[in-house]
Amino acid sequence: MEPRPRSFYVLSAFFALFILFLYGPTITIGILSFQGEGGGLTFPMRGVSFYWFYDLFEQQAVGDIWGSFRRSFVLGLMVMVVTVVVSVMGGLAFRRKFPGSNVLFYLIITSLVIPSILISLGVGLLFSQSGLNVHWSTSGFGSQLTWTLPFGLLIMFAVFNRFDKSYEEAARDLGATPWQTLRHVVLPIIAPSLIGVALFGFTLSYDEFARTLLTSGSYNTLPLEIYGMTTNVTSPVLYALGTLTTIFSLIIIGVFLCVALVANRRRARQGSDAGKGI
Amino acid sequence: MVSPLAAVLLIFLVLPIVLIVIVSFWRATEFSIIPAFEFDNYAFLFGSPVTYTVFFNTFKYAVITWACTLLIGFTVAYYLAFHIRSQTWQIALFLLCTIPFWTSNIIRMISWIPFLGRNGIANSTLMSWGVIDDPIEWLLFSDFAVILAFVHLYTLFMVVPIFNTMMRIDKSLIEAARDAGANGAQILWNVIIPLTKPGIMIGTIFVVTLVMGDFITVRFMSGSQSANVGRLISNDIALLQYPSASATAIVLLLTVLITIGILLRFVDIRKEL
Repeated sequence: MEPRPRSFYVLSAFFALFILFLYGPTITIGILSFQGEGGGLTFPMRGVSFYWFYDLFEQQAVGDIWGSFRRSFVLGLMVMVVTVVVSVMGGLAFRRKFPGSNVLFYLIITSLVIPSILISLGVGLLFSQSGLNVHWSTSGFGSQLTWTLPFGLLIMFAVFNRFDKSYEEAARDLGATPWQTLRHVVLPIIAPSLIGVALFGFTLSYDEFARTLLTSGSYNTLPLEIYGMTTNVTSPVLYALGTLTTIFSLIIIGVFLCVALVANRRRARQGSDAGKGI
Repeated sequence: MVSPLAAVLLIFLVLPIVLIVIVSFWRATEFSIIPAFEFDNYAFLFGSPVTYTVFFNTFKYAVITWACTLLIGFTVAYYLAFHIRSQTWQIALFLLCTIPFWTSNIIRMISWIPFLGRNGIANSTLMSWGVIDDPIEWLLFSDFAVILAFVHLYTLFMVVPIFNTMMRIDKSLIEAARDAGANGAQILWNVIIPLTKPGIMIGTIFVVTLVMGDFITVRFMSGSQSANVGRLISNDIALLQYPSASATAIVLLLTVLITIGILLRFVDIRKEL
């Protein structure tokens, strides 16, 4: 191997600083959430304790944190499942040109770049003007899909751009029906990317704020609850909540990455499931 | 196959936009909104000097954030793509860069408080070093804090597409340039940057639209002292002035779409995926 040029060390230092910039603040509130009982929003630490975590579990004066967490979790799962299914269907459909495919493509791009507050305002108006009640599981759910679907679809487009069609042709030549081809050839090949789509679907929904602002109705999702807290809570209990949800997010990311890793390993060991579809 | 997708986009994207357009011509009283067809909301919007300041602010945030994220994002992507030799490390470091994207933006904003506050880490460090005598007041709740938060939140949107295009550059092109006598800077400027342009464009589209459409970062990080268009809209919504919020929203949407339209002339997204 040729020796590293000097620029490598300069760039390594830059990269390290970038990572510090990225993670430093989060780690700081992680540390500060263990602030002692009399401690404030910044250093110095006045002792180390779980006081603010207990506080989070006990007092419910600031709102319904656990209820909002449950709602966000359920909503995240709903958005995840729909995002995966709709993105795969959309990705498959977009492999061929169809009437209106260009319009639909630009709608997807619009959905991605439109300022979130317009979705919030528009869906809110749509529901109020048509006499429906806004609720996190209907209007909130739909609003979030306008944010997760473009990501899912862009991933699927990227996947199908690289997809080798001769696998499908081989399956068809061997007499597989279109459904069998999809189920036993296409889906297993694109499965790892679906884990990625699912990860996007869940986490983007779980953290979404702007699009649910006017569309979640009287029951808040967790990000809305946290945002509400920033205006009236000025104690490290905010950090404790932040630390907990960040840990939760990290666990979710970890689970998805592990699933991807295990799936890849299993596939490498066992090969395909070809022949099992008879 | 596309019907579910089309249905979602129709109900939750097209219809809401149409409705916003309609409502932007309505009239608002203190308690309700009344169907009408008048241009009062637009006349008021374009007649108010606040509008121009706020739009100028929005562009200012977008341009400064874009420049910072591009510079940082390009450097990070370049490092990952050309200086990390093993693929495992490349993936690991790339993941390290993207994980924050999957955590909560609001928490990441809140997490700047202990750093930037009056008695925060930045001020106390600088004071203990003797660089400053009194705490700097403009660290938190200022334009500086807003842009810092934007860069913190959105640099990933630059890193990912730029890294993606860089990974597809044929390494033999770089060898050829070196054989032809180009030095590192020349390779960077004449080979890598031109080939990375599509990635830069996609990153630019993400960053510019996210910053222009934002209202929450500006509100939180400026301590309600600065405004951009998104905040103008959200203030109107808070006052239940939906028609005027809608008019502002339409103007914002057109501004964003025109900006994107111009950027899309430089890149074919479908080819770059």
